[in-house]
Amino acid sequence: MRELFKDKEHLFRMAGLFGVGLLVFVVLRGVLIPADFGDLGHYRASALDDDSSVELRFAGRAACEVCHDDVAEERAGGAHEGVNCEACHGALALHALDPGAVVPELPEAATLCVTCHQASVAKPVWFPQVEPVDHADGETCDECHMPHNPGI
Amino acid sequence: MDTILAMVEGFMYPNEVELQWSILIVLYPYITGLVAGAFILASLERVFNVEAVKPTYRLALLTALAFLVVAPLPLQLHLGHPERSFQMYLTPKTDSAMAMFGFVYLWYLMGVLVLEIWLDFRRDIVLKARSSTGFVRDFYRVLALGSDNISERSLEIDDRVGRFVTILGIPSAFLLHGYVGFIFGSVKANPWWSSPLMPVVFIFSAMVSGIALVMLVYMVVSWLRSKPIDMRCLDTIAQYLLYAFIIAFSLEMLDLIHRMYEADESFKSLDFMVKSRLFTSQILIQIIFGTLLPLGLLALSQVVRMTERARKNIYATAGVLTLIGIFAMRWNVVIGGQLFSKSFLGYTVYKMDFATREGLLPAIILMVAPFFILWGLIRILPPWGIEEEPPAAADPESC
Amino acid sequence: MTVDRRQFVLTSGKYLIMTAAATRAIDFVMAGTPEAAPGYSAFDHWWAMAIDVDLCIGCGGCVRACKEENDVLLEPYFFRTWVERYHVPEGDIEHPVVDSPNGGYDGFPERYREGDGAKNFFVPKLCNHCAHSPCVQVCPVGATFESPDGVVLVDTDYCLGCRYCVQACPYGCRFIDPRTRTVNKCSLCYHRITKGLTTACCEVCPTGARMLGDLKDPSDPIHEFLRTNMVQVLKPQMATGAKVYYADLDGSVR
Repeated sequence: MRELFKDKEHLFRMAGLFGVGLLVFVVLRGVLIPADFGDLGHYRASALDDDSSVELRFAGRAACEVCHDDVAEERAGGAHEGVNCEACHGALALHALDPGAVVPELPEAATLCVTCHQASVAKPVWFPQVEPVDHADGETCDECHMPHNPGI
Repeated sequence: MDTILAMVEGFMYPNEVELQWSILIVLYPYITGLVAGAFILASLERVFNVEAVKPTYRLALLTALAFLVVAPLPLQLHLGHPERSFQMYLTPKTDSAMAMFGFVYLWYLMGVLVLEIWLDFRRDIVLKARSSTGFVRDFYRVLALGSDNISERSLEIDDRVGRFVTILGIPSAFLLHGYVGFIFGSVKANPWWSSPLMPVVFIFSAMVSGIALVMLVYMVVSWLRSKPIDMRCLDTIAQYLLYAFIIAFSLEMLDLIHRMYEADESFKSLDFMVKSRLFTSQILIQIIFGTLLPLGLLALSQVVRMTERARKNIYATAGVLTLIGIFAMRWNVVIGGQLFSKSFLGYTVYKMDFATREGLLPAIILMVAPFFILWGLIRILPPWGIEEEPPAAADPESC
Repeated sequence: MTVDRRQFVLTSGKYLIMTAAATRAIDFVMAGTPEAAPGYSAFDHWWAMAIDVDLCIGCGGCVRACKEENDVLLEPYFFRTWVERYHVPEGDIEHPVVDSPNGGYDGFPERYREGDGAKNFFVPKLCNHCAHSPCVQVCPVGATFESPDGVVLVDTDYCLGCRYCVQACPYGCRFIDPRTRTVNKCSLCYHRITKGLTTACCEVCPTGARMLGDLKDPSDPIHEFLRTNMVQVLKPQMATGAKVYYADLDGSVR
């Protein structure tokens, strides 16, 4: 045994240091790797829950129609039937949660309607678009068109 | 940010306007390149028995160590969450070239460089421990891992093990720097980077910069110590620098010619970028002053007989130009790869701040720091042996 | 929901199941508190999106809705989704003129005249949730990944902010959120789709140009869409397995 170590003890000491380092590394890994890492793939499985628990801001059309079924009826068959409520009225999950506490402001027709209907060469030709000045002669859109069912 | 947006030319995807990788990411491959190159020079003597460069062997190793220690710092400064960087050791993703970083770095630092330096210097460390007192003695004792044995046989064993470590070290050095080339070369989304040549180009330009660095350090240290330079050593280093340079330059030309010939969808956009936004850094600094000029100077010194003084001046000039040129090459790869839009319809600008986390000031500090570390290492482990007095004529360690 | 009502719903066929899903979704909205989605099995879905370029009017509603829903910074450098306007002069598809002012958030100020011989149209862009995503491939620690239901997500508690994934994405859909200093990108409104709602961008699109699709659901309209339209993905040569399918996409689109 002595012969084996003779003139080489320093090498064994260095190897020992490396061994200790490796051991510390293995132990730390066992402790620090998140428990659910690798369950579903090379990621922390609970990250899926993190991404699913984000707060909702838009309620979604179905939520609106639970209470506002009269409006739903009004819109049926009209040109705006496919346009969901919050596209014009903004994010209203808070209102759906507590209708009394959060009362949304009605959007201004003058600024709202043009975001879609302002004429542009880049818009598809089948889409109803106008130059407001030429079309309405200074009147706001809702003087003639009912936003919920805009056909005249 | 608004100024950047105002200076965008053409169209860039909205998220592309701000550059993701800054000058710190230019520094990282530069530094690991210097490490790999310095190590290759050292291994020339140890493994390939190029005896002429022996005077720079220990200096090259210490230089490599000084720079390797600084290498992770630009990365840490760059990360959004440096405190999470240890995660690369916990859950490295094997598909990701970047995940290799932690392991390759640790292996190269401990398993190659530190081990080799320790084995080569062990005799001096033990001698220093024996001839010192107090804290200094304890320090060297710890460094020697408590060993006091410097018998002929133990030194012989050290030498054999050291040789084995160096042999392992050569592919390790290629891996340390080559994987950085692969990090860029494997990004299919970026045509400026995506190329199988990238790791090879990186390795050869690393060798060029590392050899130039050791050559300059050797010249400066000899001058500071008022010791004569071993011209056979210096001439040999300059020769190897020339060879490495020829290969590196040929590879870069191959890439350029290939690009120009195939002229794929990205070519027009990249070509315009090189001629406009990258003109100074690529054409002027990298190619003309950083490659062609030093290549010419070195070639000249090989074919024309020159006085020792003239050769020293040429080598010093070529060395400095080379270091600048290789830095410019890293800059052009990293920054250049982000200046153009992936839509090939536009360009942005790189606004480098000064005193911010990823600004010019930390970059300068990080480039200067290794020289201070090297100075410290030379104090602790003098490459020319522990004899500080005028060396005896037969002392093989002195230069 | 009481047990009786649930039984009724489950035994009453496809239409009622869809209504029930919507009703359950409303429960989540009414509940007000953000919570994970119980009862959602990721393995039953494979999410994709269908975009009909001919229907996009460039109103920017999707960009605004996304920023609102996902709390994205309003500065013009951070977009989970954005709209590009293409102006292809004389049919020269190799040299389109493209712009995206603030990502289309405020719509597009008129720039082009009628009758100048050019082709103009809008293209909405977002993360393509690639099945063979290069961004997932390069993440060194597994902070970005593809969920079992085909959505490429970011684990912001694990991300180092190294930005490698931003470099690797061919579509430019990732960015660094300066508040968290981690990567951020379209999550396909994961918190909504796991509760039976649609994404914010699809919810507000007035023309139905954007449509969320579940490829594992045989009754989903996306199957019809893929069957009846000439469909493309962006940068098909990159073989990323992109799952955002564009109908009527012009050759000039990058």
